[in-house]
Amino acid sequence: MAELDTSSGGGKKGGKVRSKKASTRVDLTAMVDLAFLLITFFMFTTTLSKPKAMDVTMPDKDDQNKDQLAVAASRSMTLLLGANDKVEWFVGEPGKTPPETTGYGKDGLRKVLIENGEKIQQTTGKYMTVLIKPSDKSNYKNVVDALDEMKITGVQSFAIVDITPAELGLLKRDGNY
Amino acid sequence: MPRVKVARKSTSIDMTAMCDVAFLLLTFFILTAKPRTEDPVPVDIPASSVEQPIPDDNTLLLTVGQNKVFFGVDGNDIRKQTLIQMGEKYKINFTPEEQTKFAALPTFGVPIKQLQGFLALEPTQRKEFKQPGIPRDTTNNNELSDWIREARRADVALHNKALRIAIKGDSKEEYPVIGQLIALLQKQKINKFNFITSLRAAPKTTK
Repeated sequence: MAELDTSSGGGKKGGKVRSKKASTRVDLTAMVDLAFLLITFFMFTTTLSKPKAMDVTMPDKDDQNKDQLAVAASRSMTLLLGANDKVEWFVGEPGKTPPETTGYGKDGLRKVLIENGEKIQQTTGKYMTVLIKPSDKSNYKNVVDALDEMKITGVQSFAIVDITPAELGLLKRDGNY
Repeated sequence: MPRVKVARKSTSIDMTAMCDVAFLLLTFFILTAKPRTEDPVPVDIPASSVEQPIPDDNTLLLTVGQNKVFFGVDGNDIRKQTLIQMGEKYKINFTPEEQTKFAALPTFGVPIKQLQGFLALEPTQRKEFKQPGIPRDTTNNNELSDWIREARRADVALHNKALRIAIKGDSKEEYPVIGQLIALLQKQKINKFNFITSLRAAPKTTK
């Protein structure tokens, strides 16, 4: 690979002493090898999938704020996040409508949200409001999953709210706590 | 008959262009590479379909895992200023050396009383050290909320920007810890913040 200067042969006798013309080419092979090695290293160490940020907006807890609108029970849906990746849901006030247990994901929560959203839209002509109430036994992933379903199903108004003892009772009764 | 001479070609190729490209790519990767901040506890972030990237700077990151909370804020100057303000509040004098060390610390989770001892450790020892997390309770003035408040104040003073709060939680983390954090943020009238998630691999299906 390294080029040897073979053009200027010795052989000439009696001529002037010429300084040997050295080749200006440098062997770049090793340099390229090193460069590619480093490229591979940096390619593998950079994280290509950057983490994403999910926006969360909490309802204002300020009690002084009086201009809050009450939402009709008929178009509010409550999700109770229980233990073991189970979620209980009901429409309206707790205790009046029996809650149903479902799981997260496409066939569970998403279906329920889409069906009820359409039903409420038809009967009241307004959008559905979803209250997410995580219990102490639910984990962080459940909350993120529930929020993600809101985004996927296009629920316009939703909030994370503290769970009430009555609702905890419901979760306990159904073995989800 | 003269023999047909096959001209012997040189086997060497001109590497200049290849070398140029290689170094161009290398420069690109070096410049885009961000030093990965090592989490003090293993955190497995949950997946979601959100595609909004996490903001690059001006973020306060609260890492939650194993029932502990770790605090990290972007920007060396903000970190330093935060430490100075916290020192004033808790009557601890941090030496300039400690301040510089703290400014280089991306995340930490020790009570402020132990902070000086923690900063005195060598970086390798620091990694081994089991950090207990920043103390937090339900009172109005706990250490974690002080850290958050002082960091926000420092950001406003230095950059005149409102600090973004991001929560990076482990998916198995039980909700009460997150709930406590949210309550703590709401006490400071922070009603908007971010949950950090990774992108779900499965394609999104709306219906």
